[in-house]
Amino acid sequence: MIETLLWHSAKIWAVLIPLFVAVAYYTYVERRVIGHMQDRRGPNRVGYRGLLQPIADALKLLFKEITIPSQANRVLFLIAPTMAIMPALAAWAVVPFGEGLAVADINAGVLYILAMTSLGIYGLLLAGWASNSKYALFGTMRASAQIVSYEIALGFALVGVLMAAGTMNLGGIVEAQAGPFWEWFWLPLLPLFIVYWISGVAETNRAPFDIAEGESEIVAGFHVEYSGMAFAIFFLAEYANMLLISLLAAIFFFGGWYSPFEGIPVLGPAFDWVPGTVWVLLKAAFFAFCYLWFRATFPRYRYDQLMRLGWKVLIPVTVVWLVVLTGLIYAGIGPWF
Amino acid sequence: MLENYLPVLMFIIVGLVFGALPLIAGFVLGPRRPHPEKQAPYECGFEAFEDSRMKFDVRYYLVALLFILFDLEIAFLFPWAVVLEDIGLFGIAAMGLFVGLLVIGLLYEWQKGALEWE
Repeated sequence: MIETLLWHSAKIWAVLIPLFVAVAYYTYVERRVIGHMQDRRGPNRVGYRGLLQPIADALKLLFKEITIPSQANRVLFLIAPTMAIMPALAAWAVVPFGEGLAVADINAGVLYILAMTSLGIYGLLLAGWASNSKYALFGTMRASAQIVSYEIALGFALVGVLMAAGTMNLGGIVEAQAGPFWEWFWLPLLPLFIVYWISGVAETNRAPFDIAEGESEIVAGFHVEYSGMAFAIFFLAEYANMLLISLLAAIFFFGGWYSPFEGIPVLGPAFDWVPGTVWVLLKAAFFAFCYLWFRATFPRYRYDQLMRLGWKVLIPVTVVWLVVLTGLIYAGIGPWF
Repeated sequence: MLENYLPVLMFIIVGLVFGALPLIAGFVLGPRRPHPEKQAPYECGFEAFEDSRMKFDVRYYLVALLFILFDLEIAFLFPWAVVLEDIGLFGIAAMGLFVGLLVIGLLYEWQKGALEWE
């Protein structure tokens, strides 16, 4: 019993420590990449080429005062950051980083992921409500309505993946895509992949859908009253969620740990030495880069445009495509089923 | 079967600890100098007008109601999608009826203008 507990904790640390390093350096990469896209340099003073910047940021936040507004509900105000970070971290329990390389190999993997991403909204709602500030309340209302709307489109897109894979286990979904890159789900499920990715960006409240914290309108949205480590926890949760959505895009639609050249005569064996984990992380890194690219490229959506896109474009598209997919699967048409 | 979920439970607990620890560290390491001005609700430098818990748009409630319906639908679709190839035409027809009713509901909302935001 003790051994199993120790073994499980070892696996959890093996996921969490790289995750924290990844989140810290994702913020650095974000500032560097967007800096260069805007013809600036980005942070380059702390350490070699600014590489110690995330550590300096973390230390600064650690030694800052955590202010609690006098009119806030103190208990809820302090619970909210924990409610935001818990699901953002716990969702990583079922993510496979290679064949059989997951902390928990459970059959209801997709359902668990959806449950955890939905739970994240409680932290946000509590934060906005408990702050008792107008900007925070507006930010919370906007962010919650946005997240729940896009969650539906995201869920429908995942139903298509489940129909094609025939299992809810994330490892099983990857195994159903075994083969070269044109046999991965992104091609047969292309509309669903596009919907998934747009909803994923909207789910994490990132540009161009970052009205929830649009700094030019409502300052910072739901976390306007948070400072120091309390703010840092919300920040950590947001970036952990972005990395999760990127990694899940690689797993659901881009063949997870399979090499893009799997089974191609000459190219396939030439890349056999690359471990599957490297492929997963490379694919995820590409999507994580897209997040930054979008932020530097697209102007922010207006709120009515955002809700129209969610309810009147993405949801109808997924429903229609699911009906088409059901027909195709029932008739046995298509090379991929 | 159930022991597969033990690491999930442990991960949730670790997640809670990681929410609480930085907060405690922040309170221990950071300064603590309360001041009425600093703790006033943020309002671009103004004194805060009235209470912040004011009326907000009823459309947020509509979105929440619609979300419950559709999220339930997704929760039903998940297991259905997994066994799609075993349940045959009857399963497809049953789900078709269910989704059809919801789509009619969505079209009605659309027609009534519940999805309009300006």
